[in-house]
Amino acid sequence: MEQTQNIKEQVRQFILKEFLPGESPANLTDDTPLRTSGVLDSMATLQVVTFVEEHFGIEVEAHEAGVDNFDSLNSIAAFVAQKKANK
Amino acid sequence: MSVMEISKAAQTISLTAYLEASAERFPQRTAIVDPDGGLLSYQDLNERAARVANFLKERGIAAGDRVGLLLPKSSVTLTAIFGILKARAAYVPVDYSAPGARVASIFKDCEVRAIFTDSAGLGLLEKEYGSSLPETVVICGGGTASVNGSVFSWDAVLGHPPLRETSVATPQDLAYILYTSGSTGLPKGVMLSQENATSFVDWCSSVFSPTEHDRFSSHAPFHFDLSILDIYLSIKHGASLHIVSEELGKNPRELAQFIADRRLTIWYSTPSILALLAQFGNLSALDCSSLRMVFFAGEVFPVRHLKALTGLWPHPRYFNLYGPTETNVCTFAEVPSSIPEDRTEPYPIGPACSHCAPLVLDPEKVVVRAGEEGLLYISGPSVFQGYWNRPKENAAAFLERNGTRWYCTGDVVREESQEGFIYVGRRDRMVKRRGYRIELDDIECALYRHPGIREAGVVASLAGGEHTKIVAYLVAGSEPKPGVIAMKMFCSQNLPAYMNPDSFVFVEALPRTSTNKIDYRSLLASVTELALSQGQVNGQK
Repeated sequence: MEQTQNIKEQVRQFILKEFLPGESPANLTDDTPLRTSGVLDSMATLQVVTFVEEHFGIEVEAHEAGVDNFDSLNSIAAFVAQKKANK
Repeated sequence: MSVMEISKAAQTISLTAYLEASAERFPQRTAIVDPDGGLLSYQDLNERAARVANFLKERGIAAGDRVGLLLPKSSVTLTAIFGILKARAAYVPVDYSAPGARVASIFKDCEVRAIFTDSAGLGLLEKEYGSSLPETVVICGGGTASVNGSVFSWDAVLGHPPLRETSVATPQDLAYILYTSGSTGLPKGVMLSQENATSFVDWCSSVFSPTEHDRFSSHAPFHFDLSILDIYLSIKHGASLHIVSEELGKNPRELAQFIADRRLTIWYSTPSILALLAQFGNLSALDCSSLRMVFFAGEVFPVRHLKALTGLWPHPRYFNLYGPTETNVCTFAEVPSSIPEDRTEPYPIGPACSHCAPLVLDPEKVVVRAGEEGLLYISGPSVFQGYWNRPKENAAAFLERNGTRWYCTGDVVREESQEGFIYVGRRDRMVKRRGYRIELDDIECALYRHPGIREAGVVASLAGGEHTKIVAYLVAGSEPKPGVIAMKMFCSQNLPAYMNPDSFVFVEALPRTSTNKIDYRSLLASVTELALSQGQVNGQK
C-alpha cells in the first residue's frame, strides 16, 4: 500500500512538471482521468510509459500502455506495483 | 491661374481638397473637438493649415519631403497634418509614447526634413540626434524656451500668412508614411499616396454615406491606419471629429461615458477596445443611442465579446473592415446585430471593396478554385507605393501579373459564394506540428468559448526542443482561474488532440502593441524566457 502511494507521488510529480506546469498539485487527483480526458495525449502518455520503465525498472508491453493501465494515477500506480511484484 | 486651371485643380481629388471643400461649404461647423472639449471650425482649421503650409514652404519644404510628427493627438496635430499636406509634403506620425531610439530610427530612416513635436519630444530627440536635428523643428504647446534658428514655436508658425495657392497635389504625391513593426523588428515605412488614401475614403463615402451631422470618433492613434478613415472621411463630409486622448482610449468606463456625452454617431476602433467596452463600460446604464455605425478592424473580433457588445448596443450597424496598412480596408462585411446564441465562429471578412480587386493564389501562384484556401492578393488604387527604401521587401511584396501590380497580404483566405472571403489566418500564424497544419487563431477562437477566459493569445515556439510547442497565454475572466487540467480537458473537447496547447500560462493582461493588437513577439519572447528558466533550451532537458 505504502509502495503504491510512493509510486503515485513520483508519477504525479513527473506529470505535473512535464505536462502541467503552473497547475496546483491538488488538482491532479488520484482518479483525474488523464488519457480519456485529453490531459495527456498519445505522445505524453508514451513519455509517462518511458518514465515508469526507467524509474521503476519495469518493462511495459505495447498492449499494456493503453487506457486500462494509464488513465489515472490510481491505475498507473496499481499497474506499476503489480509489475514490480511479478518481477 | 486661369478659371480653367482653377477648376481643374479643384477637381483633383486630394486629402486637402476634402478640407478645402468642407471649409467652403461649412465654414462655421465644428471640424475637430479636442479631448478637453475645445472646438475648431472648418474655416479655422483650413486657414491655420494654410499658415503651416506657408511656413513649411518658407523653410524650403517641398513636394515629397517628409515631415515627422511626435505629438499626442489634438486639433493642433491635425492642423499640422493638413498643413504638411497643403505644402505637398508627406507626414510621418509616430507613437508618442515610443522610446526615443525607435522614434529617431524612424525619422532618420525616411530622412524627415522637419519635425512637429512638443518640449518633451524635443528633449527626447535631442538625446538621439545630438546636434544633427533636422533644420526645422516646431514646438507645439508651451515650453518653447529653446526657440532658436531652427526651432520654432507653434505661435510663430501660425503667425505666417496663409498660403493662398489652390491645392495642386497630384494623385501620386506621397501623403504619409506609416511605420509598421515588421516581423524582423525593424520598422518598415509603408508609403501611401494621395490616391491610395482618397480611393479608400471615396469608397467609404459611397458605402457608408456619412453627413455633416455625424460625429466621428478618433480613437486610433495617427500612426495607425484606422486614423485615415476617422480623419478624412469625417473632414470630407463636414462632420465633426472627436479626438479620444491616448489615456481615455484605454479606459473603458470613461470611454463609454465619452461616447454617450459626445453623442457620437460613428465609432471605429480595434475589436480589443470594443470588447473592453462591452465588459467594463457599464454600457447598460448609458444612453449611446446616437451611435449609428460601429466599424472595427485590425484583428479578429472574438464572437463572445461581439455578442456581448451587440446585446448591449443593439441599435447601430456593425461593419467588419479588413485590410493591411499596405492597402487599407480591402474587404468588408456587415455583421448582424443579433448574433445567434450558439455562434462561436468569427464572421467572414466579406467581399472585396469595389475599388479593390482580389486574387487568391496557392503557393505556386496558381488561382485556387472557389472554396479553397489560398493567399489573398489585392490590386487597385489603394495599394501602397512600396516600403520606404526597402528594395528587397518591395520585390517580395508585389506580384506582377497581366500588367497589374498585386500586393500579397500574407493572409490566408477562402472564398464562399454567399459570404465573400473567410479569414483563415496569417501565413505567419500557421505552424506545423506532428505533420498537421495548425492555425493558432483557431486555438484562440476555441479558448474564447471557455466561460472563464477573457483573453487568449496563442504562440508556437521551438524553444525548449525541436518540437513545436504551443503555449496559450490567458487572462481569466473571474477567480478562481481555471486550472491547467481543466483547460486541457476543455481543449480536448473543443479541438483535435494535435491542437491542444502544451502549456497554459495565466497572466494579468496580454501584452499589446502600440496599435492595441496582441503583441505576439513579446509573448514568444516570454516562451523562450520560460524555457530558459526551466533549463529546456539546447537539449538540456
